[in-house]
Amino acid sequence: MPGAGAPAGGGRRRAIRRIGWGSVALAGSLAGCGRGKADPEGPLDFWAMGREAEVVVELLAAFRARHPGVQVRVQQLPWTAAHEKLLTAYAGDALPDLCQLGNTWLPEFSALGALEPLDERLAAAGIPRDDYFAGILDTNLMPAADGASRLLGVPWYVDTRLLFYRTDLLRAAGHAAPPETWSQWRAAMQDIRRLAGARSYGVLFPLNEPDPLFALSLQQGPVLGEDDTRGAFSQPPFRRALDFYAEVFRDGLAPPMTNTQVSNVWDEFARGLFAFYVTGPWNIGEFRRRLPAERQKDWAAAPLPGPDGPGVSTAGGSSLVIFKGSRRKEAAWKLISFLSEPETMQRFHALTGDLPARRSAWRAPALADDPPSQAFARQLERVRAAPKIPEWERIFQEMQLTAERVVRGRQGADAACRQLDAWVDALLEKRRWLRSRRA
Amino acid sequence: MNPRLAVWLVNGLLAALAASTLFPLLWMLSASLMAPGASTALPTPILPPSPTLENYRTLFGGIGMGRYLLNSLLIATLATAISVTFNLMAGYAFAKLRFRGRDAVFRLLLGALVIPGQVAMLPLFLMLKPLGLINSYGGAIVPAMASIFGIFLVRQFARGIPDELLEAARIDGAGELRTFTTVVVPLLKPIVATLAVFSFLASWNDFMWPLIVLTDASLHTLPVALAGLSREHVQDNELMMAGSVITVLPVLLLFLALQRQYMEGLLAGSVKG
Amino acid sequence: MTRHGAAAWILAGPALGVIAVFFALPVAAGLALSLTDFDIYALADLSTLRFVGLQNYAHLLQTPLFWQALGNTLYFVVVGVPVSIGLSLAAALLLASRFARWQPFFRTALFAPVVTTAVAVAVIWRYLLHTRYGLVNQGLAAIGVAPIDWLGDPHWSMPAIIVFAAWKNFGYNMIILLAALQAVPRELYEAARMDGAGALRRFTDVTFPILVPTFVLVGILTVAGYFQLFAEPYVMTQGGPLRSTFSMLYLMYEEGFRWWNLGNASAVAFLLFVVIFCVSWVMLRFDRDAPGRR
Repeated sequence: MPGAGAPAGGGRRRAIRRIGWGSVALAGSLAGCGRGKADPEGPLDFWAMGREAEVVVELLAAFRARHPGVQVRVQQLPWTAAHEKLLTAYAGDALPDLCQLGNTWLPEFSALGALEPLDERLAAAGIPRDDYFAGILDTNLMPAADGASRLLGVPWYVDTRLLFYRTDLLRAAGHAAPPETWSQWRAAMQDIRRLAGARSYGVLFPLNEPDPLFALSLQQGPVLGEDDTRGAFSQPPFRRALDFYAEVFRDGLAPPMTNTQVSNVWDEFARGLFAFYVTGPWNIGEFRRRLPAERQKDWAAAPLPGPDGPGVSTAGGSSLVIFKGSRRKEAAWKLISFLSEPETMQRFHALTGDLPARRSAWRAPALADDPPSQAFARQLERVRAAPKIPEWERIFQEMQLTAERVVRGRQGADAACRQLDAWVDALLEKRRWLRSRRA
Repeated sequence: MNPRLAVWLVNGLLAALAASTLFPLLWMLSASLMAPGASTALPTPILPPSPTLENYRTLFGGIGMGRYLLNSLLIATLATAISVTFNLMAGYAFAKLRFRGRDAVFRLLLGALVIPGQVAMLPLFLMLKPLGLINSYGGAIVPAMASIFGIFLVRQFARGIPDELLEAARIDGAGELRTFTTVVVPLLKPIVATLAVFSFLASWNDFMWPLIVLTDASLHTLPVALAGLSREHVQDNELMMAGSVITVLPVLLLFLALQRQYMEGLLAGSVKG
Repeated sequence: MTRHGAAAWILAGPALGVIAVFFALPVAAGLALSLTDFDIYALADLSTLRFVGLQNYAHLLQTPLFWQALGNTLYFVVVGVPVSIGLSLAAALLLASRFARWQPFFRTALFAPVVTTAVAVAVIWRYLLHTRYGLVNQGLAAIGVAPIDWLGDPHWSMPAIIVFAAWKNFGYNMIILLAALQAVPRELYEAARMDGAGALRRFTDVTFPILVPTFVLVGILTVAGYFQLFAEPYVMTQGGPLRSTFSMLYLMYEEGFRWWNLGNASAVAFLLFVVIFCVSWVMLRFDRDAPGRR
């Protein structure tokens, strides 16, 4: 058909061209759609979690007064989703300029090469390193490829675990001072229990919280060996900690419950269900708020007992980090500087109850004259970092699942630790391979 | 059975079922109008003791729900427009045009319906990264620009177009593409409505993919924002209910307006041709 | 056969292109990914990527968590699908009955949950199932049943999600079954009634055999959908309590987006696909060999 040939051919080519350009334009516009980032003159992107994010917004007024040219946009992440969001953002090149990072997450982001070293900036700002609690600062020092240590985050607030206890129950059982060694602790718990009777315990170790067991194991020795590439949970140090932990349950000195099974921790503490509670700084405020008025004189805090004397505890808390891909590092550092000033840290503490990372910030009366906070200050001088490997978070959770099985009698300690070591070895296989490659 | 009893029984059961499907939705609306904290009273109120729009004010004010609503609207509309166009073209081609490999390709497409979409999500995420589509509207829209089910629907419908009409157009000298735009598309209008409803609903309700690909909170769609809020504000029942209302109401209204087309499309898709 | 060759490819091209690039390619890449040890080290530095063959699969099959996820998913499918289809059938029978009134209204009302957003209604149901303030427990209390911790008790969490899922999507299959029911010729029922068959006999001898292919279709669609359980546990229980609602896709999401073991996560996704495929195939064979046919 004469008519069908020529117009169809020309029309076809035109159609192809049109569709082709249309798709390119579409793809281009869609790619640009909704991305307003990476503008050096734009606001700083600051991601923070939970309550801290809300409080930062309040502190920003003073920051704006000092640095009028720097706009800050705070995005609040819920703790339950923050880890995923950060890694997804890394994979998608969508990280913010600076961020609050739990210090146990630093090894992961260090392995990803995502963090900007802050050694020079800290020195240039005149902030003395030894003003920070040594164990806490250590969690921010990551080994670099050349073997040297670099500071990849600035500690913001700190967190650790120690003993909250009922002073009246302890005194009634014949112990004037809080225990300082494991044997004193066990003896105190047994005496309290003997006095109080069947349905009471010495200590609450929630079975879904790994921190108490981990603190005990830190007091004994390392849980990973061979440059953090193999599990050492079957070795004596962790076994001693696990045995102490499991025996506490076996002797009826701790209830085998998770923290969701205890209906209301503060009510039970006030009622004397348990006399000791290994927990963190937020409970200073919670105890004051939730315990009845007549109980307020009956509780205190003390550093964690160790095998032979006051022991170390976990080095937790959050740091402030700058991501390498940020185009506004100078401005980001200004915000970090501001948040690291002792006065700002004190205001932050007043608003959140989070303990400051710098010793000079502790001179405020709210901290210096507060006995429970001072117990934390003493403990913070004795904290040790967790293994600085990206896989630690998973190992940490698995360690507690293993301990729970042992405590509930589902598995013997020997078999459980061997199983845990095998699992850890498999998990760290790639790390071993990378290490052997580098050697 | 006594017919009168049967009528009571059947309609009674239907009413009970309808009550069970509608009640949660109505309670959602009711709770959204309660003052914060009013729903955690015993016994739990079914109607708001003193209705207030405060939750909506909070949502659109401090939390910026308007932004998420806009994102959902934008993404769903764009995805629908593009996918309707592409599916229409492809469905007609598979129905009425003869080309090499047509039947084989179509069978392949049908087989691919069994593959769950999540298998593709992780690699797709890695693929979109160098294209710069992560964390952008494009990333959410691009995978939805065509769908096998949509092509299938159009093909089913287009098979019913009388060949004589197409022949007549060809005899008049129109090329295939001209025939498509001038003759076929008007005839496909009914299925366009069905396709549009399906597409819009699927895109609006999509959760896992936008959760993964949209990292910036300012780009979140309503389901993603709601899931995030529900983890943060576990205690704020009334606020969450208001968020659910905002998420669910647009698609419910769309469905009510176009239910005939939706049901027809559903049935057409389930009758394997 | 190539009469319309070029025009056809222009028309079909964009859609096929999208499907090829944004679906087929990633699926193939996913298979390839599952044969590597892509993890956080590889994310940072691609040179650390290693080809490991079927090691991810072997490792998964030895991981207790995998079997728990598979078990939970199977529990959800084996119990949830019959519940959902049973409810759909009951609703369809009621709607198709000659005694039913106000059919359009009931049809719309029963279908409404299908179009709602899963996340939004999961949020509603989370509150309805609250142990103290939820209306479900208060309703149960009215008939003397003690409050059940629906979302906090590992024994009740999956049943709660099964009930929720049935509520949400029984309307979909109801419409399909309704259309099939309405296509059954009235004469067959008349003949059966004249033979003295009661309502139940009419159902088993007339309705059911004709409906088998529709049942198979509905069954396959629902089973495939139910295997993809994710949004409900994500919103209502975070995979808990004690991992009782941890599904295969939740495992994939955690492995992939929490720990960034993309190799493992892709292996989970493919194993899920294999399971769905096998189950669908078995169900299709059932259609072919169904009693009452030919």
